[in-house]
Amino acid sequence: MNWLKPSWQAVLAIVLCLIAVALGAMSKPEAAALADPTASINYPYLGTKGLMLGLAVVAALISMVRMPSVAEAVVLFIGAHLVAWLLISGITGFEGSALAPYFLLLTAAWLLGWRCVAVLSGLRPIAGWLRTALRLVIPAIFGAWILIIWEAVTRGAGIPFILLPPPSAIGVRIASSLPVLGADVRQTIFKAVLFGYVVGSGAGFITAILADRVPFLRRGLLPIGNMVSALPIIGVAPIMVMWFGFDWQSKAAVVIIMTFFPMLVNTVAGLAASGHMERDLMRTYASGYWPTLIKLRLPAAAPFIFNALKINSTLALIGAIVAEFFGTPVVGMGFRISTEVGRMNIDMVWAEIAVAALAGSVFYGVVALVERAVTFWHPSVRGG
Amino acid sequence: MDTFRSKLVPVTSILAGVVVLWYVFAVILNTPFQRDLDTRANTTPGTVEFIGKTLSQPKPTMPAPHQVAVNFFENTFLRPINSNRSLVYNAWVTLSSTLLGFAFGTALGIVIAVGIVHVATLDRSLMPWIIASQTIPILAVAPMIIVVLAAIGVTGLIPKAMISTYLSFFPVTVGMVKGLRSPELMHLDLMHTYNASRSQTFWKLRVPASVPFLFTSMKVAVAASLVGAIVGELPTGAVAGIGAKLLAGAYYSQSIDIWSALVAGSIVAALLVMVVGIAGRLVDRAMGGRPA
Repeated sequence: MNWLKPSWQAVLAIVLCLIAVALGAMSKPEAAALADPTASINYPYLGTKGLMLGLAVVAALISMVRMPSVAEAVVLFIGAHLVAWLLISGITGFEGSALAPYFLLLTAAWLLGWRCVAVLSGLRPIAGWLRTALRLVIPAIFGAWILIIWEAVTRGAGIPFILLPPPSAIGVRIASSLPVLGADVRQTIFKAVLFGYVVGSGAGFITAILADRVPFLRRGLLPIGNMVSALPIIGVAPIMVMWFGFDWQSKAAVVIIMTFFPMLVNTVAGLAASGHMERDLMRTYASGYWPTLIKLRLPAAAPFIFNALKINSTLALIGAIVAEFFGTPVVGMGFRISTEVGRMNIDMVWAEIAVAALAGSVFYGVVALVERAVTFWHPSVRGG
Repeated sequence: MDTFRSKLVPVTSILAGVVVLWYVFAVILNTPFQRDLDTRANTTPGTVEFIGKTLSQPKPTMPAPHQVAVNFFENTFLRPINSNRSLVYNAWVTLSSTLLGFAFGTALGIVIAVGIVHVATLDRSLMPWIIASQTIPILAVAPMIIVVLAAIGVTGLIPKAMISTYLSFFPVTVGMVKGLRSPELMHLDLMHTYNASRSQTFWKLRVPASVPFLFTSMKVAVAASLVGAIVGELPTGAVAGIGAKLLAGAYYSQSIDIWSALVAGSIVAALLVMVVGIAGRLVDRAMGGRPA
């Protein structure tokens, strides 16, 4: 038995496939066709049912043979995703007619995918670029499977479109309404978020330097800043809308208030981060307050400041979108979400959320990249 | 105590400065509207009288602190608790979904963290998504969850609690993963020499080591949970709760109501964070923690 290397995922996948075969029809039309062999009823998986089941079983069996992990992962990857693709493409036109074997087969394919990820995360490649690639591929497969299961379940079980549209429909919606989405992004992100983010973070930074210069201010502002960070600041949104009107200025004001305090608290903490030794060294150089600040304490505070910038990137988006729930001109991401929800165009809402997620990740990613470039000397960056 | 006293004077003086500034801004911001009223009524009040009027408008642009305080006091203590104008009632509505969502979120966060620490596959595949999800403006999903769940007949507490759960489990997961991994190699090796099983190592070393991390992240989570509950009350013109008060105030320009709802929300938030902090300290002491 030296050549055999069983895994519970593969064994379970085979068992599920066998149960699926035993149960017979995979969809209601197929059951009807089986019940009445003389009538010609078109049903899904006319020619591919055997292929799918066979593929899943064969991939599971091969994966249990002792062989290099890479080969095993490749076999599992191809098997799992081919089965999933056949499953999803086969149900087209027969949405909502799937029976138990459909879901069993989906589970079997998912188990193979899981096994694939498990094998991949067991790999310890030596080359650096391979390790990076693996670090990207593993979560990518996981994310892909969330989408696959979402797509297969919503279409197989015929979940009402209003409840949860399949990802493919959301993708189509994004592609078909790019101009609208673009206008919303321009209104919400390029006007409200960026302006508010820059002004709020800048004001927080300047206040922190001021507080650093005046110890009385620091002792008073720091506890207040810490407390404010726990408060639901988002509640000022209606007030800002009353003051600054419906356009982007009121959203920018909310963003300014939301981003101010994290920046203040983190910068003050960061300015205290430089060690006594270094500060003493600066004093022996007869360096005054400002040279010490610029040459020693601000660089030492950089990791803290970037931490605040990262926190603020998310807060700014949330602030602008939620503020739009309280009233906007007829454009903007928050406006689109709240009106399309009212009109039950859930796919448009999902499209907007996908765009918001993408924008948030890009925003965060840019800040993180700038951080790597600026704090190249910091152990967390140097260590890779 | 010394640090407390050294902070007390600066904090109170800054807060006093905020109140003074608030009055100044209230006068400045309410002036145009008051001028308008006066020219229409053909009156020319003196300066003191004019300032007094700007601070007592029924729907001011910027309510004065004492107006907010009076409104807050009336709506908190003078109204029957079950009336839907009572802030206590509205705060309770928000608080109940906050607590439910917070409980679920904490439980979910801990379960996911335990899974991530023990299953390598989950660590490599799920953890990056959890971190990436921090960068996404999740609150945007709130109206959809409310409306979609209402469409299939789920209304009331559960949808709001779901949003709170969603917001509060991230901090707990990240904090717990850090906490469960915080035991040093030396301690893990010690458990190894004791021939401790995986579950013994977990319960006797990893869990106690993670408790301080848990409470720190729970403080963040409870604040996020409250924000989730408030935002969850915004769509569908929610009936009760602090978020509904905010929205109603925005619709009818009842600025004083908005401000007192905001004060109520802040008090609830401060109390929640304080309770979690005290619970953390009690648990720490019960487990034999010594102040460093």
